[in-house]
Amino acid sequence: MPEAPLIPVTTAPAAPRRRLPVLVILALGWIGLMLAVAALADLIMPFGITQLDLRNRLSPPIGFGGDWLHPLGTDELGRDVLSRLIASIRMSLFVAFGATIIGAVLGTTLGFLAAQFRGLVEQVVLALVDFSASLPFLILALSVLAFLGNSMWLFIGLLGLHAWERYARIARGLAIAAAGQGYAAAVRQLGASAWRVQLRHVLPNIASTLIVSMTLAFPEIILLESGLSFLGLGVQPPATSLGSMVGYGREYLTTAPWVLLAPACTIILTTFAVSILGDWLRDRLDPTLR
Amino acid sequence: MLRFILSRFARAALTIGMVVTFAFVVLRLSGDPAQIILGADAEPEAVDAFRASWGLDQPVWLQYFHYFGAILSGDLGRSMRDGRDAMTLVLERIPATLLLTLPALAIKLALGIPAGMLAALHRNSFLDRAVMALAVAGFTVPSFVLGLLLVLVFAVQLGWLPSGGQGTWQHAVLPVITLGVGGAAVLARFTRSAMLEVLGQPYIRTASAKGVPWGAVVRGHALPNAAIPTVTIIGFMVGSLIAGAVVVESVFSWPGVGRLLVVAVANRDLAVVQCVLLLVAATMVTSNLVVDLLYGVLDPRLRSR
Repeated sequence: MPEAPLIPVTTAPAAPRRRLPVLVILALGWIGLMLAVAALADLIMPFGITQLDLRNRLSPPIGFGGDWLHPLGTDELGRDVLSRLIASIRMSLFVAFGATIIGAVLGTTLGFLAAQFRGLVEQVVLALVDFSASLPFLILALSVLAFLGNSMWLFIGLLGLHAWERYARIARGLAIAAAGQGYAAAVRQLGASAWRVQLRHVLPNIASTLIVSMTLAFPEIILLESGLSFLGLGVQPPATSLGSMVGYGREYLTTAPWVLLAPACTIILTTFAVSILGDWLRDRLDPTLR
Repeated sequence: MLRFILSRFARAALTIGMVVTFAFVVLRLSGDPAQIILGADAEPEAVDAFRASWGLDQPVWLQYFHYFGAILSGDLGRSMRDGRDAMTLVLERIPATLLLTLPALAIKLALGIPAGMLAALHRNSFLDRAVMALAVAGFTVPSFVLGLLLVLVFAVQLGWLPSGGQGTWQHAVLPVITLGVGGAAVLARFTRSAMLEVLGQPYIRTASAKGVPWGAVVRGHALPNAAIPTVTIIGFMVGSLIAGAVVVESVFSWPGVGRLLVVAVANRDLAVVQCVLLLVAATMVTSNLVVDLLYGVLDPRLRSR
């Protein structure tokens, strides 16, 4: 076969090495900072999260009359807000990561199952998707949490159910489409098993779409976790999360607003950063998902 | 068309059945309500009497059948706390919730749709970026944080509006704004992408190419087509009128369905939680059904099926 001249494929983004938008760089920087804080939490926390400093109760943060002993101030019991914030960041990120991964794995698996077996299996999966769509997730989560009691792992697993139907729908649609394409048929003809085709060949082809969905679901899960914890039905004391810090700080809205503002700003900046990153990734990786 | 309508109805009924089953499984098998209501140190006789009166002493499958039958006959049980009819308790709270969610829905529609359309029509302009930045911000600020910040500024600092409770119309201002802003952001994003999708279609180019004025292209060709996906999300918002304010009602101590639900969950008041769950699901499913049927009206391609 004579060598064909290499023609650049024009349908794929021709990857002009554009510089990252400033907002995306800032978002990446913030996410990096949060991850570093979460990873090094035990090393950088100046105090224990339940350690009381009764002489410095409700001391304000630096810039508002506070001192460097408690840079972000203290709460009613004299607990260091900075330390609690660091522990909360670790907890919230851990829950959100765990739940995002559970949702993605569960949804993708069910989507693949539906695409693979069609028929009854597909109908069951689609009925479950309908069921998920029929209940606002918060209502579902509230009832499950209150009635099954609350443990860390149940909570993460429950949040993992958020958005599973989105992955299932995407994975099913793309897997069915991919099965009709040449490469899947070719590998099947070579004798590959159905699972090998799905996992080794179809999955890498739809991975970018799934990753984009994960980046879009991640901030939603942070918001859900913090919302439930705010209502007192999520992460339970003595553990602390960003949402439960806001819920606690609400009591001191008038006397010590910093107890509430520190975690609130962290939630906003983190969800904002991940959303910016997700939007940007979507535009770069998957123009069809708009 | 008839088949389309019938299949939608069947799916709606099936979904409601699944929600009922789910409610039963989760709420009944998860613990012993008698112990929870009466406390761990209750007299055994009292516990037994409680179980008998609530039907908790029967086999689970029998409870399930009774449960389905009771729901079909409209009996959703009594609040285990004060013995009042659960359905009445929930229905009493609905007007208060609608007082917040209906104006909020109006804000969402009035702000979100025009903003999204403008952004799409002026793609990549300053206007587009500004709208999208605001939309992302509106979406990423959790409602409880927004609500508390509004309280901090308008109730605590300025003293213009009350910080919580129900009474005058001023009490509703902050919760309605809190609810409306987040929803408007979601709707703006959605409208923008639906509109962009449509504007990229060949028939828009064709219409422009044959000399139709741009305004007429937008009104006659782009808007009707972009309305189709937007109707889905509006349907979702209508469906969540009853349960869309759980967090905001808690922030503002507003005595609506959401507040009732949170309190019922904290007290493990099974009947009330079930009732809210079923009511919400029924609203959602009905609204989804209406959306599906509206699709048939809006999208001529579905009519011929």
